[in-house]
Amino acid sequence: MDLSFTALILIIPILTFLVLGLNYSRIKEPWSGIIGSVAIGITALISYYTAYLYFFEIGKDADGVYQKIYAMNMVWVYFTDTLHIDMGILLDPISAMMLVVVPTISWMVNIYSIGYMHKEGGFTRFFAYLSLFTFSMLGLVLATNLFMIYIFWEMVGVSSYLLIGYYYNKPSAVLASKKAFIVTRFADFGFLLGILFVSYYGKTFDFGVLSSQAFISEMQMQGTAFMGLSVITWALILIFIGGAGKSAMFPLHIWLPDAMEGPTPVSALIHAATMVVAGVFLVARLFPLYFFMDGGVALDVVAWVGAFSTLFAAIIAFSQYDIKRVLAFSTMSQIGYMMLALGVSGYDGHEGLGFMASMFHLFTHAMFKALLFLGAGSIIHAVHSNYMQDMGGLRKYMPITHITFLIAALAISGIPPLAGFFSKDEILVASLIHQKYLIFGVTYAVAGMTAFYMFRLYYRIFWWNEPHYHHTPHEAPKTITIPLLVLATMTLISGFIPFHSLVTADGKAFHTHLHWDVIIASVGIASLGIGFATIMYKKQNMLSTRFRAAFGLFYKWSFNKFYMDEVYMFVTKKIIFNGVSRPFAWFDRHVVDGAMNGVGNGTMWISDKVKGLQSGKVQDYAMYFVSGVVFIAMLFWYLLN
Amino acid sequence: MDILTLFVVVPVLTVLGLMFAKGKSQFRIIAVVGSAIQSAMAFNLMYQFFKLRDAGDSAVMLFKRDLMWFEPLNIHYSIGVDSISILMIMLTSIIVLTGVFISWEVSDLPKEFFISLIILATGVYGFFISLDLFTMFVFYEIAVIPMYLLIGIWGSGPREYSAMKLTLMLMGASALLLVAIFGLYFNSNADGGPLTFNLFEIAQANIPVSTQIIFFPLAFIGFAVIGALFPFHTWSPDGHASAPTAVSMLHAGVLMKLGGYGVFRVAMYTMPAGAHYWSDFFMVLAVIGVTYGALAAVRQTDLKYINAYSSVSHLGLVLLALLTMNEIGWRGAIMQSLSHGFITALFFALIGMLYGRTHTRIVSKMSGLMSYLPIIGALYVIAGMANLGLPGFSGFVAEMNIFVGAFQNADLFHRVITIIAVSSIVVTAVYILRLVGKMLMGPVMPEYENLKDITWYEKTGAYILVLFITLIGVLPFWWGDIIQEGVKPFIEPLL
Repeated sequence: MDLSFTALILIIPILTFLVLGLNYSRIKEPWSGIIGSVAIGITALISYYTAYLYFFEIGKDADGVYQKIYAMNMVWVYFTDTLHIDMGILLDPISAMMLVVVPTISWMVNIYSIGYMHKEGGFTRFFAYLSLFTFSMLGLVLATNLFMIYIFWEMVGVSSYLLIGYYYNKPSAVLASKKAFIVTRFADFGFLLGILFVSYYGKTFDFGVLSSQAFISEMQMQGTAFMGLSVITWALILIFIGGAGKSAMFPLHIWLPDAMEGPTPVSALIHAATMVVAGVFLVARLFPLYFFMDGGVALDVVAWVGAFSTLFAAIIAFSQYDIKRVLAFSTMSQIGYMMLALGVSGYDGHEGLGFMASMFHLFTHAMFKALLFLGAGSIIHAVHSNYMQDMGGLRKYMPITHITFLIAALAISGIPPLAGFFSKDEILVASLIHQKYLIFGVTYAVAGMTAFYMFRLYYRIFWWNEPHYHHTPHEAPKTITIPLLVLATMTLISGFIPFHSLVTADGKAFHTHLHWDVIIASVGIASLGIGFATIMYKKQNMLSTRFRAAFGLFYKWSFNKFYMDEVYMFVTKKIIFNGVSRPFAWFDRHVVDGAMNGVGNGTMWISDKVKGLQSGKVQDYAMYFVSGVVFIAMLFWYLLN
Repeated sequence: MDILTLFVVVPVLTVLGLMFAKGKSQFRIIAVVGSAIQSAMAFNLMYQFFKLRDAGDSAVMLFKRDLMWFEPLNIHYSIGVDSISILMIMLTSIIVLTGVFISWEVSDLPKEFFISLIILATGVYGFFISLDLFTMFVFYEIAVIPMYLLIGIWGSGPREYSAMKLTLMLMGASALLLVAIFGLYFNSNADGGPLTFNLFEIAQANIPVSTQIIFFPLAFIGFAVIGALFPFHTWSPDGHASAPTAVSMLHAGVLMKLGGYGVFRVAMYTMPAGAHYWSDFFMVLAVIGVTYGALAAVRQTDLKYINAYSSVSHLGLVLLALLTMNEIGWRGAIMQSLSHGFITALFFALIGMLYGRTHTRIVSKMSGLMSYLPIIGALYVIAGMANLGLPGFSGFVAEMNIFVGAFQNADLFHRVITIIAVSSIVVTAVYILRLVGKMLMGPVMPEYENLKDITWYEKTGAYILVLFITLIGVLPFWWGDIIQEGVKPFIEPLL
């Protein structure tokens, strides 16, 4: 069947960007918002239709296995006959799933922003950037080859940069945008090297070839290259560095909390639901390679980085006061979940539970985390502060925000029957059945911690003690509450989507079983976390202060995010900037250029000395003449004897 | 009159027209019309070229013309073009045109300014169409000399020093080049027949390897100095900083490309064995230029210095790509030459606009300019993003061709060199974003409140450049095909 209409999924957002961007001073509020929302809405509908077609009509081959379908593919840059960068659209279970996630969140965020960005300067610019981002993110998920994904990877990076620095007169936003771009760019250096290694040894960028068994066994035959691992494994680790940078995995996470300087709808779209899961998507995209090369060494790296990050971020989330930063660290922690789920996964059938769980969690997390951020935006809009000290008792003033936020908080804590419960449960089961007990332990502990810090946040915002508000907070306008309600509905129902028969590692459906022991244990620890939070934060009391004092040093480290920013500052400012760049600049001006000037000055000096010979006095010339004659005479005399 | 000679004749006519013109508006109109005709001719040439190709003319060079110029030494006025020379001619004509738009308001001696600018362009056109090394050399000198006047008279800052330095260093390089050309000349006919300066006859002459090893570095350095090869790049920061806007544009955009072009057209084509012998050595110099230029740019505070070092870094990639000696890398080198031409020209144009308004080029003295100059600011961000290799702009495809090409040499030496070169993408991002963050973003400064945003003539110039940057970035397959066709015959002796 002709799938060329899928090109519209990319064409509509980029056209919207161009229209809004080129006419940014002519199109006035609220028209740019309406144009953006309608355009992304149409994109979303086409995407849903495409996803529906894929999953239920054309996706399965004769054996009922989901296959990769190239809706279109054209050569964009030609290197050799097998090696070329293509531009195209690839449909397979994960890209079709992302065709639901990305446009949904983007659409909701567009509608939400009409209300949220009301009377902010540069209204049109904002919607132009949102369309640019949507285009780039959709290009990323639909990419047919490794290089195309890299291209759109860079494009989402720059949209993120532009949107974080949206309030460009604010120094903290400028710093944050710069930091986000440079840290991810550094990670992309690894990604690009990985691609280059693949280009030479694999001789292809195409995902269809890269994930085929024939390719994998051919690469295995090439033998080891360095430290007992094959080149492709090293390339995969390098590619994962790129993924870790975008997905804010330790130690490349430092840009994510600062990225909260951007407007809140941006944090919801880019830094919670879509762009930050690009790293997970990348590993899932190359999953067969990660799993089979050298027995999955690169996949173990993914698992451990994910496990460490999930714990690390959860600890920091305990002690933050800026509600958006709590959510940012929570995002990092949940992405760690997805990574470790991929990391422990097998490949065939039920063995691939981890893969399925990771994608499932990606989906549900996108819904409830976007909801949390949009809720936080609604709250910030009402109280004009990001800090929980300025909040409290808001449930009376903002009923819709309150209810939707509570739904999302319960979902992320893993309370049945909300979305997060199902996906998180599958992750726990996956790490258990693959006997990764340490990873299971981390996952389990973090489940409790998540429940605790999310309800700390919830109670501090909606209960606790009411501060003195200058203006009585009130519920947000409809453009804000409608997206909240839509996402809350998604959070309520998306747990029941049968992912095990739709999105699996090998494309085959499998059966999942309920593990009652895991369910009881995980709901137990989540309730425990919520219970502690209720005791400590529902009513204002001194318990939390006492805990803080009791954990003194540990609290301080958590509060200061384990001083990671300071470490980076030291390396970049002190070592690279002052230690490398400055001497280089000095060396260039004084040594290299000095040598060139030296040649010039040397010539001048010599000619200065020599010019005395041309004095114009006859007696001098007579003197030179006579001395010359005498010298030559003596020379001849010497030579003849 | 043949189609190629017109490229030399039209500028000469423009110069004549300028000489008899009176008043600033006449100078402008003549300059614009003259350079617009050249752009049109460049596109027409491209069209004619591919028409002939489609008709089955498979000669390496088309539109050839050969006239005896100086019989005793067998010097010819020999011209012809392949797709790469046409692309370079196109680049030149567009940058001259936009340069004229950007210099709309030159008030000191406008007539002489435009005349020097166009003479310079004549030299460049002549260089790109020449097939006779001696004629090529003559045109090269024609391009370099007006530079001295343009910087010395219309420049700013320590202009005499900079003009002198630039001219002397380039002259020193030409001396080496001349030695190399004579070296080729005297070895061009081993059987005792007539000696020749013709590029293709020399390439057929089977020059002994030992001779190639002697003359290759001379030719390479001779050309590469103008392509800012480390450590002979120091003329570039001072020269660019002192030069007036249009001259910086033309110089960084076009003149610096003569280096890479000469290396690929002359040095490597006539002396393949010499190239293989020396490639590792020069590769090290090139990669030093790539990273060192980028790192030095991080530390600069003057906009023009930042750009000059950025050029050292990006043109280092051109030389690096040529030295990889494979088709992918060479395509990247040509693309990078074009891309860098358009991007730096845009940069220098924008710096000129900013300087004209704020009267400073020091980054730390500006802040929040985006609020008052939104279009210039947005264009600067576009130039910056193109410079740091954002997909969708020309820099990305060029660099990716270069990196993939460089990765085709699998030994450890080339791997290390390539990885170091790739790391420059991070450093480039650092200096571009630092600049954008300080100058365009951040709190507004009240003293810049009344600045006027871009004027129509500046806009015309800048938009043309942005158009080409995006055309290369979005349709690389089209440019790749054009380049491919010119690269093939010239890389064959090296494979």
